[in-house]
Amino acid sequence: MSYSLDFSAVVERLPELLLACLSTIGLAIAGMSLATIIGILGVIARRSTIRPLRAAVIAFVEVIRNTPFLVQIFFIFFALPQFGIRLNPTVTAIIALALNGGAYAIEIIRGGVDAIPKGQVEAGLALGLHKAQIFRFIVLKPALRAVYPSLTSQFIMLTLTTSVCTSIAAYELTSVAQKIEADTFRSFEVYFSITLLYLVISSLMMGVFAIINRLSFSYPVK
Amino acid sequence: MASIGFNELYFLLQGLKWTLALTLIGFIGGGVFGLMVALARTAENRVLQRATAGYIAVFQGTPLLMQLFVVYYGVALVGLDVDAWLAVAIAFTLHASAFLGEIWRGGIQAVPKGQTEAAKALGLHYVSRVRDVILPQALKIALPATIGFLVQLIKGTSLAAIVGFVELSRAGQIVSNQTFRPLTVFAIVGLIYFLICWPLSLWGARAERSLQTASR
Repeated sequence: MSYSLDFSAVVERLPELLLACLSTIGLAIAGMSLATIIGILGVIARRSTIRPLRAAVIAFVEVIRNTPFLVQIFFIFFALPQFGIRLNPTVTAIIALALNGGAYAIEIIRGGVDAIPKGQVEAGLALGLHKAQIFRFIVLKPALRAVYPSLTSQFIMLTLTTSVCTSIAAYELTSVAQKIEADTFRSFEVYFSITLLYLVISSLMMGVFAIINRLSFSYPVK
Repeated sequence: MASIGFNELYFLLQGLKWTLALTLIGFIGGGVFGLMVALARTAENRVLQRATAGYIAVFQGTPLLMQLFVVYYGVALVGLDVDAWLAVAIAFTLHASAFLGEIWRGGIQAVPKGQTEAAKALGLHYVSRVRDVILPQALKIALPATIGFLVQLIKGTSLAAIVGFVELSRAGQIVSNQTFRPLTVFAIVGLIYFLICWPLSLWGARAERSLQTASR
């Protein structure tokens, strides 16, 4: 018996797939934004003088970075209802993505912050800037500029990770694909097509990141 | 609610066995092909460079889960009647070869050009130049990133659960469905992953530090 490829099922439901692409991009953007916030707050906490706070951040980063996203998302999915919080799968997915991306962001941004020469901070003090100003303009901004490439490539990975959110039936590209597969039994065609869609999404994101880089981080300093 | 006893833990450890087996196959297979990818990527031949760059871009630009699905249904399509786990192993090998290829390309290109020139001047032929001069230095430079990818691969094998392959995560799902204790089960599963990945991560961080000290 020979199998003939038939992409008509995919073509027929392309509108559905494209809509799901938007959802995937939305999940990714929500995850990245929250991850960046977690990253910056985490770095501030990591540098605080309160020891338990520092330890908590380190533990959070190590636990997230050394366990699979699939296990994390399951854990969150089942843990939240136990505390009486009932959220739909898509919101749960955003929380999981934010925590996962946040842990990596902390580690990456910390690397950039640690690389800022001490003299720069001292110069800020000498100029009479207060602590928050020093952190924002002298430490954080150059640090973010320095780690921008690694942070964005981590975010691309986060975008690809959104596909795992299908395991809790969040609304995104892979779960829609699985539904179409169940309806049409065209497994290979469906997955091959959405793999291409993911490739387009990640290439688009890389392009956008490059543009953002040119607009906001180019010299002379903006 | 059923409790989690010896049997459940034993079932999880059976799953762990497959997680480790998949990781090992992916890493060894990916290492062999990844080395070829890295060498082709840094070869003087333009066509080889472009082809491997494309190969790497495709695997780095698509989700591992999709790679699993496509290979899983793809091998059946080509008419190969293979076991589910062989299909998954092929997918991980391809995935790992692209990532390791890119990591080792970085290592190879970080070796100063003078090394190649000196080797050429000494009359070493290609194999000996690569094996005895370039690779030992390149792999040392790439060691931290390689360890980092190994951790990523271990975590990545959990996605085989979505395809239905019973490894540690899938075993966790099954036990969780049987005992109705998802939190405890996934905490245990997470802990097992952590206990494997964390020492590797620490090793990777130490390797990176010693590399930085050496280059200073």
